[in-house]
Amino acid sequence: MARVSAFYRSTVGKKVLMAITGFVLLGFVVVHMIGNLKAFMGAEYFNTYAEALRALGAPFFGHGQALWLFRIVLLGSVLIHAFFGIQLWLVSNRARPIGYEKTPYLQTTAASLTMRWGGLLIGGYVVYHLMHLTIGNVNPDFIPGDAYHNLVVGFESTTAAAAYVIAVFVLALHLYHGTWSALQTLGLNHPKYNSWRRGIAAVLAIVLLVGFATVPVAVQLGVLK
Amino acid sequence: MRLTLHVWRQASGSPSGRFERYDMPDADEHMSFLEMLDVLNNRLIEQGKDPIAFEHDCREGICGSCGMVINGRPHGPVQRVTACQLHMRSFKDGDDIWLEPWRARAFPVLKDLVVDRSAFDRIIQAGGYISIRTGAAPDANAVPIPKRDADSAMDAAACIGCGACVAACPNGSAMLFTAAKISHLGLLPQGQPERFSRVLDMVGTMDEEGFGSCTNHGSCEAACPKGISLDFIARLNRDLIRATLGKGMEVEAPAGGAG
Amino acid sequence: MELRSRVPDGPIEQKWDKHRFDLKLVNPANKRKYEIIVVGSGLAGAAAAATLGELGYKVKCFTYHDSPRRAHSIAAQGGINAAKNYQNDGDSIYRLFYDTVKGGDFRAREANVYRLAQVSLNIIDQCVAQGVPFAREYGGLLANRSFGGAQVSRTFYARGQTGQQLLLGAYSALERQIAAGTVTMYPRSEMLDVIVVDGHARGIVVRDMVTGKISSHMANAVALGTGGYSNVFFLSTNAKACNVTATWRAYRRGAAFANPCFTQIHPTCIPQAGDYQSKLTLMSESLRNDGRIWVPQQPGDTRAAKDIPDAERDYYLERIYPSFGNLSPRDVSSRRAKEMVDNGQGVGVEKNGVYLDFQDAIQRLGQHVIAERYGNLFDMYQQITGENPYQVPMRIYPAPHYTMGGLWVDYNLMSTLPGLFVIGEANFSDHGANRLGASALMQGLADGYFVLPYTIGEYLTSNKAGSVAADVPEAKAAEAQAAETTQRLLGVNGKRTVDVFHRELGRVMWNECGMARNATGLKRALAEIPRIREEFWTDVRVPGSGLELNQELEKAGRVADFLEFAELMCLDALGRDESCGGHFREEHQTPDGEAKRDDEQFAHVAAWAYQGPNATPALHKEPLAFEYVHLATRSYK
Repeated sequence: MARVSAFYRSTVGKKVLMAITGFVLLGFVVVHMIGNLKAFMGAEYFNTYAEALRALGAPFFGHGQALWLFRIVLLGSVLIHAFFGIQLWLVSNRARPIGYEKTPYLQTTAASLTMRWGGLLIGGYVVYHLMHLTIGNVNPDFIPGDAYHNLVVGFESTTAAAAYVIAVFVLALHLYHGTWSALQTLGLNHPKYNSWRRGIAAVLAIVLLVGFATVPVAVQLGVLK
Repeated sequence: MRLTLHVWRQASGSPSGRFERYDMPDADEHMSFLEMLDVLNNRLIEQGKDPIAFEHDCREGICGSCGMVINGRPHGPVQRVTACQLHMRSFKDGDDIWLEPWRARAFPVLKDLVVDRSAFDRIIQAGGYISIRTGAAPDANAVPIPKRDADSAMDAAACIGCGACVAACPNGSAMLFTAAKISHLGLLPQGQPERFSRVLDMVGTMDEEGFGSCTNHGSCEAACPKGISLDFIARLNRDLIRATLGKGMEVEAPAGGAG
Repeated sequence: MELRSRVPDGPIEQKWDKHRFDLKLVNPANKRKYEIIVVGSGLAGAAAAATLGELGYKVKCFTYHDSPRRAHSIAAQGGINAAKNYQNDGDSIYRLFYDTVKGGDFRAREANVYRLAQVSLNIIDQCVAQGVPFAREYGGLLANRSFGGAQVSRTFYARGQTGQQLLLGAYSALERQIAAGTVTMYPRSEMLDVIVVDGHARGIVVRDMVTGKISSHMANAVALGTGGYSNVFFLSTNAKACNVTATWRAYRRGAAFANPCFTQIHPTCIPQAGDYQSKLTLMSESLRNDGRIWVPQQPGDTRAAKDIPDAERDYYLERIYPSFGNLSPRDVSSRRAKEMVDNGQGVGVEKNGVYLDFQDAIQRLGQHVIAERYGNLFDMYQQITGENPYQVPMRIYPAPHYTMGGLWVDYNLMSTLPGLFVIGEANFSDHGANRLGASALMQGLADGYFVLPYTIGEYLTSNKAGSVAADVPEAKAAEAQAAETTQRLLGVNGKRTVDVFHRELGRVMWNECGMARNATGLKRALAEIPRIREEFWTDVRVPGSGLELNQELEKAGRVADFLEFAELMCLDALGRDESCGGHFREEHQTPDGEAKRDDEQFAHVAAWAYQGPNATPALHKEPLAFEYVHLATRSYK
């Protein structure tokens, strides 16, 4: 137990928890993207899929119950990820009270440098995203149960579509560094495969960026309507 | 060559400082960087001014004493070279050179470019050793060590404790330093008995000293004059996770009883 | 003063065992009542402090560095000798002993050297157990390389960083004791004096280099592991802060200084590039395996190396020493290089070096082989000089890098000042007039781990002097004196900086008491040094105050001591009217220029005792008997 508490108190332990929750969220994002692409199979297919998500786990779970379970896990992951992220951010800020006149940015990338603000931005966007397409209170014409309709209506607004694409871009950037960083934090390295880690992270980020951005772009181009 | 230096000046015992500008009209390209500062300092003394304090000793890139951020890079523009081995031919006529101390809360400035790095010693005190009594060692060849492991341990042990990793890290983290020592000892059979308590203790002390949290930028690796690899940080993380999961605490059967 | 070496009786193989048995032990419960001060945290100091702490003594360890890990032991490259005979090539304790006595040109004490060879075995065991990552063979066993002055392969190494790895081992042992509370570490603390109470060393005066505070620390015994004095030459391969202050202060308090003129000049260093040069960099001696050393035949030849045809080059080592050629020993190669440069045949802009040329080796073996063997050295050379040694020959020149002389110690490593022990390079004990490669690390660790921790107990138990308070008059007086010296240095307020004087002293020492010495030059130096010293005390400028981090003040104190010490060094060199090892008196050479020893008159240790500020020191001689290794002339033709 002493070790667990030492682990929890350490910056490394907190980061490990961030890495684990990060992978949970990454899994969700991948599934989410695949789900989105089902929009290209037509309204009926898409709505059936959306309904199937609610029916998940039947008959052991009631309607929507399993989905809520997933939502709770996701919410928990987000909170843990964000909480420790912010805590470690503060630790690092305190570690250098006086900054450099000439800042050494060595081997850093846009992705690695934007992890924290990017994370906050993604968090903020997710709230809007839920109000936009799940709750519907900021959607111009929200029809509960008709997910395909809500999606198309939601992305007919150029602003909303652009915001989505930007958010996805930030997410891809976050995951490009995040995936690699999480592997490193979990100590998952091996001289043989180390060079693959960056590559996997890059491919993942690009696939997600393209996969997610396709839907709003398709709506804007009138492919989905 | 003519150079303009902007040097962080902070009086002994003072909490704050500022940049001062110095002209160096006649730097020679064959001078080492520190010799250029020697020349400047001798002039300052002759003019009745206070010379710039900077730490240095062996001037061969091995003692780890020297270190300053030169134009935004710990140890200056040449990779894998300490400030003492840097030569003026790496600069050109008319250059502006900014000199700053390592910036980290755990490394308070003592004067000008001199910082207190005793936090590193305290991290080592927390467990950066193998507990072996003098004279209690078995024959040196009693335990063969695969060459690969010995070489890898040597890669980690090459750390000179200069602190460039902390200085370069956007988070002011000391993970590379700590990981290098943990890996050096953890890769050797002699280091196994204390391997997992060592990582918990050293990481704990590292955090207490006020270093920041690693986000895997890799700046440390780029700044390290000895090229210590980021892979050692992954190794530290792995050992810490394994330690938390009880590695190194296993007891096969309860002690006791017989006889 | 009586020089009692306290060498035990009996056959040489049994002396140390017998002595250890005869030494009084300190009751474990009593150990914590004894306080021991260790000054210096290099191989000898850190090893001693850690081991003494582990034994239960209360230890205080002082260093002027910010961390014990920075001590100059860290810069040693090549390796450490031990008579393990892992290579099965006929090595033995006796052979290491024999090689060391002979390599030291018969000016070391046999019993000490034998003990050194004996404990060399334990050192390697100890270091491996500490996690020192020595080089290994594919089978997992320790690798060895051969080194100068030996026909067996007995040198253990950790890449080119052996000193670093050994020091980090000793440092980790020390940090472990600090964590355990048995050792209190005082970094950034410079020792300024030894406190002598009733004829015994009972403490030291130190200056806190951050606050400037001068204070006294008392103990039951004091051990100095403060290194050598090569920086008396200003330009040497030593770290910038290396100094003679601790040993010099001890000398002034009654510890005799032995063989100060025994200095070692390393043949392969990068020559000085300009007046601003601050130190010299060693290039590993291994380069001489493939490089050919030459100078232009014609003095004053200014052509580039590639424009000088082979017929107009003088491969002087190959010419003079056909059998050893470019691999002639350190002292011989150094002296010949100096001759060439003095004769105007030097190369480079400053005409102060000789070529070390790899063209033949590159043509014979290919550049990749040379890169594989010496890549890191070539890179370092290029980084420092800006020249590519694959294309133009390296320029090398000898430089001071080790001092065999030091405070006189008996077999127990105690100086002539009771209670003051001296370990590592700071003492004179084991290397005679010339040190073999890879033996310095061995001696530092031998003294620190395996000798002092035993022998100090004998002193502690047989001298019942209890603890002394830090406010005894002797301590207060020493403190006041240290403070006064500091104030004096700050108060001169002249025109020239400390470095100017140090360079001037270095120039005199290098010219008159360097690689080759003669009576006329030494007398000249003995006239020059007091003049420089006087000018120093009337014209030096030390800025700032004593109550802050003041690097110029630190330097000034050290140079002031060098200015006194240098005189003793020249006096010793003048008195030793023979050539031996690193001490080459031009008057004493064979017709073909080799060193000529005078065993009749000089088979002794010259130990100098301080007699007061302006008095000539008294010379005491410890005769050296060679019962096991018989006196013979070294030859490398």
